[in-house]
Amino acid sequence: MTRASFSRRAVLRTGVVLSAAAALARPAIAQSAGHVVVIGGGFAGATCARELNRGGLNVTLVEPAATYTACPFSNGVLAGLRPLSRQQFTYDALKKEGLAVVAQRATRIDGQERRVSLSDGTTLGYDRLVLAPGIDLRYDALPGYTEDVAQIMPHAWKAGEQTSLLRGQLEAMPDGGTVIISVPANPYRCPPGPYERASLVAYYLKIQKPRAKLIVLDAKDSFSKQGLFQGAWKALYPNLEWVSMSSGGKVIEVDVRQRMLVTEFGRHKADVANVIPPQHAGEVAVLAGTADRTGWCPIDPVTFESRQQPGIHIIGDACIAGSMPKSAFSANAQAKVCAAAIINLLRGQAPQTPKLINTCYSLVAPDYGITVAGVYQPVNGVLTDVEGAGGVSPADGSASLRSLEASYADAWFRTITDEVFG
Amino acid sequence: MARILINLPKAKRGEIVEIRTLIQHPMETGYRPKGDGTSFPRDIIRNFVCELDQIEIFRADLFPAIAANPFIAFTVKAEEGGTMTFSWIDDLGMSQTETVDFIVE
Repeated sequence: MTRASFSRRAVLRTGVVLSAAAALARPAIAQSAGHVVVIGGGFAGATCARELNRGGLNVTLVEPAATYTACPFSNGVLAGLRPLSRQQFTYDALKKEGLAVVAQRATRIDGQERRVSLSDGTTLGYDRLVLAPGIDLRYDALPGYTEDVAQIMPHAWKAGEQTSLLRGQLEAMPDGGTVIISVPANPYRCPPGPYERASLVAYYLKIQKPRAKLIVLDAKDSFSKQGLFQGAWKALYPNLEWVSMSSGGKVIEVDVRQRMLVTEFGRHKADVANVIPPQHAGEVAVLAGTADRTGWCPIDPVTFESRQQPGIHIIGDACIAGSMPKSAFSANAQAKVCAAAIINLLRGQAPQTPKLINTCYSLVAPDYGITVAGVYQPVNGVLTDVEGAGGVSPADGSASLRSLEASYADAWFRTITDEVFG
Repeated sequence: MARILINLPKAKRGEIVEIRTLIQHPMETGYRPKGDGTSFPRDIIRNFVCELDQIEIFRADLFPAIAANPFIAFTVKAEEGGTMTFSWIDDLGMSQTETVDFIVE
């Protein structure tokens, strides 16, 4: 909507403060639409903005990029199974629905005044602010790994140029080369992602470069869907070696000159090194003072409101969502819960206690899919697994089941991206 | 036999070097319930000892709060090279020793 309506709201709030009649504030807010600013246009932010808009609120989505490149299925791009363009989406459909999309970066957040400053010098007032900044990579966490080094040893953990860079390196590598994937400790975006990546890179190597080797250096001893992945690797990819932390897999330093990954107990030379570094909540969340010492944002699991900054909600990968993994599915579910809570809060109604669902699909090969699903509810202020709900693919699944699950994965991606961006 | 990892770098005389060790061990605390009212019996690494030419240079006592696969790193000042032995002893009396040449140039 227009800027004039924002300033009208700001005036309204000032009036309430001056009259010092807090009891009168509620009906005033309930009668007008309420303005919500959403920062970040990924699965969480775009979903939330649309839900709030459909709920009759006045919504502004702040996202500097004109195109969003989705991470789920981007491992398929690395393996040459799909073009990067199939990962890319615009905000045209959101704009058509009357959503204001502002192509700026948020530079400052004033939680007291409820105001966001943008990179073009303008400001936006809000009644509620939603942060969906995803992740940023911690370039301070792994000695030798910097933003410049990421141009040589890509992380490809934010899809886009980095994905193309790693794909190019894999294509250029001669047969007989060694690919190394370095995996961080928890928590990080997409828990099964590194293992899907290892699977699909191994698939590409098996067909195109059968003498090449793939080593996964891991800072953990166990991971999501481990049994299913390892079972499949044993059957399909003899050239894939997984080195757990207790077998010396934790990478502690990167030596870019020698293309070497240094672990606690040795050095590994790579022809192609994919370093997935430790991560924290996207910069905006840090800027807003919503991230804690862990680098992630503690939230109330009913409303996704920050435990540190009232009036600011955090959804998606940036928040601490208890047992819920950092996935696009989770982000989408959290966005809907958060939007419903905000609509209730602005109407002066109590938000409802939610139940959330997540499903993570992983491809081990193009026609070999595996899944893990979970249901979550707030217990003592933390999103907790609902016992007995959800589950994982059977260990002894048939080839036709694996193939069916691969088609479910593809259908899920088409469905969610259509819902969020279509 | 449990798997052991040791990283003992070559050293220059007088240099302070970090030695890293890891043993794959469940470190069963003794408090984990079995589900039948009893607990899994305690089995942790109790002691870790490092000797250089049979002279003890580092020792650690471990306790149930220490996680599985204990990773122990410590520093020494390299004066003389020699034979370095690393020993781990657990509750069940299992003792495992590894020997590595410590090279000081």
